[in-house]
Amino acid sequence: MSATLDYGLIEQVARDLYIRALKELPSDVLGALRRAHEKESNPTARTILQTILRSIETSQENGLIICQDTGLPVYVITVGDRFPLDGYRLRQALTEGAKRATLEHPFRGSSAHPLTRENPQTSVGYGLPVIHWDFVPEADYLDILMVPKGSGSENMSSMQMFTPADGVAALKKFVIDKVVHSGGNPCPPGIIGVGIGGTFDSVGVLAKKAICRPLGTRNSDPAFAEMEEELEEAINSSGIGPMGLGGDTTTLGVHIEWSYTHITQNPVAVNTQCWAARRARARIWLDGRVEHGI
Amino acid sequence: MALHNLQTPLDEDTMRSLTVGDQVTIDGHIFGIRDKTQIEIFDHGKEPPVSFEGYPVLHTAPSLRKVSDVWEKVIIGTTTSTRMDRFTPELIEKYGVRAIIGKAGLYEGSLAAMQKFGACYFAIVGGAAGLETMQIDEVEKVYWPHLHPEAIYQLRVSAFGPLIVAMDAHGQSLYEAVRQRASGKLPEIYRRHGITK
Repeated sequence: MSATLDYGLIEQVARDLYIRALKELPSDVLGALRRAHEKESNPTARTILQTILRSIETSQENGLIICQDTGLPVYVITVGDRFPLDGYRLRQALTEGAKRATLEHPFRGSSAHPLTRENPQTSVGYGLPVIHWDFVPEADYLDILMVPKGSGSENMSSMQMFTPADGVAALKKFVIDKVVHSGGNPCPPGIIGVGIGGTFDSVGVLAKKAICRPLGTRNSDPAFAEMEEELEEAINSSGIGPMGLGGDTTTLGVHIEWSYTHITQNPVAVNTQCWAARRARARIWLDGRVEHGI
Repeated sequence: MALHNLQTPLDEDTMRSLTVGDQVTIDGHIFGIRDKTQIEIFDHGKEPPVSFEGYPVLHTAPSLRKVSDVWEKVIIGTTTSTRMDRFTPELIEKYGVRAIIGKAGLYEGSLAAMQKFGACYFAIVGGAAGLETMQIDEVEKVYWPHLHPEAIYQLRVSAFGPLIVAMDAHGQSLYEAVRQRASGKLPEIYRRHGITK
C-alpha cells in the first residue's frame, strides 16, 4: 500500500480526456441521435438531424473537434476508499491537464474574467476547472469524468427555490416551461439535467451530474425514474424540435438526480445540455493502469 | 418546402422568392462577424473596411491559426444570433446585407427590416462545426485582425449548408410559429401531467 501515485500520469489523463471528449461523441448519444433521426416525422427536423449525423462523421474523418465551443472544463471525480489521494495535487494535475489540452491541441480557450472579460486562452483561470467530488466504498481506483460544457446550452440553465406548498407539480412545470422558452438556443435535442432537493448550491451540482449520466439509463429510484419519463413525454410533445425549428425530438432524455432537502424548501435546477453531449471517462488504478472509456 | 442553391452576391428578388421552411445552400462568399465586430461598427461608429452589400453574414465562432500570412482553419462554427439582434435592422438597411446566417433566430425588429428591405434569416445547424469547417474553402481575408476571434472574416464557401429559411421577407418567422404552437399545446400537456396552476 506504499505505492505512490503518479500525478504526472493524472495530468496526462486529464489532458487526453479533454481532447477525446471534444472529438468522440459517446456511443449512447450517437445512438440516441440516430434513433431520433429514424423516427422523426417533421421534414425540417429530419434534415437537421441528418446534418448533425453527417457533421459528426465529417469531424471523425478529418480529425476535427465536433463543435467549436470547447466549453469550460468540468471534471467529475470519484475516489475509491482504498485509493490514497492528495486532493490538492489532484486539483493541480487537472488544471494543468486542461491547460495543456488547450495549448497543445491547440483549440480556442473559452475561459474569461467575469469583469474584464480577459481570456487567458488556457480554458482555465482562477476557480477553474470546475471539479465535483464523489466517494465510493471498497474500491482502489480513481474515476475521472471530463465534460467540456458549451455555453449555448449552459446559458439556458436555471434554478428556483420552491416551497413544499408549491407541490411536485410546480417542479415539473418549471422544467417544462424552461425548456419550451429556451427554444433553439441550447442546440436541442440534448439532455435535460434536473436536480431536485438539497440546498441552493447543491441542486445545481445535482443537475450537472444528471447531464453526465449516459442516455438510456434511469434514476434507480422508481419515483424519479417515472418523473423522468413524464418530463420527456411532456417536453417532446411541445414540438419545439431540433434547433427550435419544430419536430418530434426536443430532448434525447431527461435525467434527474436528487437529494434530501429542508422541510421548508424544494429547490429545482435545470442544466441544459446540447446535442453534442460530450463526455469522456477514465479509471486510474493504484498500480498505474489506465482504463479509458469505461 | 423547396431546395435552392444560391450564388453570392444575392439580390432582392431572390430573397423575396424564399419562404420559411425552404432549404438553401450557398456558393460564393460570406462574411463572418459577431458581437464585438458589430459593437465596433454600431456603437463605436467605425466603418467596416469591406462592403457587405448583397452578401450573407455569418454569426461566426472561428478558431483559426495564423501561419505566416495565411489564416488556417482549426474549426469554424456558428454562435447564437439572439445576442446580436439589436444590430441587425441597421445591418440590413444601411449595409445592404441580404441574409443573416446563425442559430436560434432573431426578433421582431429584425424581421420587420427583412420584410422592408428584402432579406432572410438562414438557420444553420448549431454545433455541426465539422461540416461547416469543411464547406469553407478558404479564409480569404481577415479585416480588423486585432478583434480576432471577433474580426471580419471573408470566407469562400461551396455548397454551404443545408440552411433552413427560418425568417423570410414576408414577415414570417418559423421560430415564432413553433413557439406559438408549443404555447398552445402547454395547457393540455400540463393537464396530462397533473399540473393545475
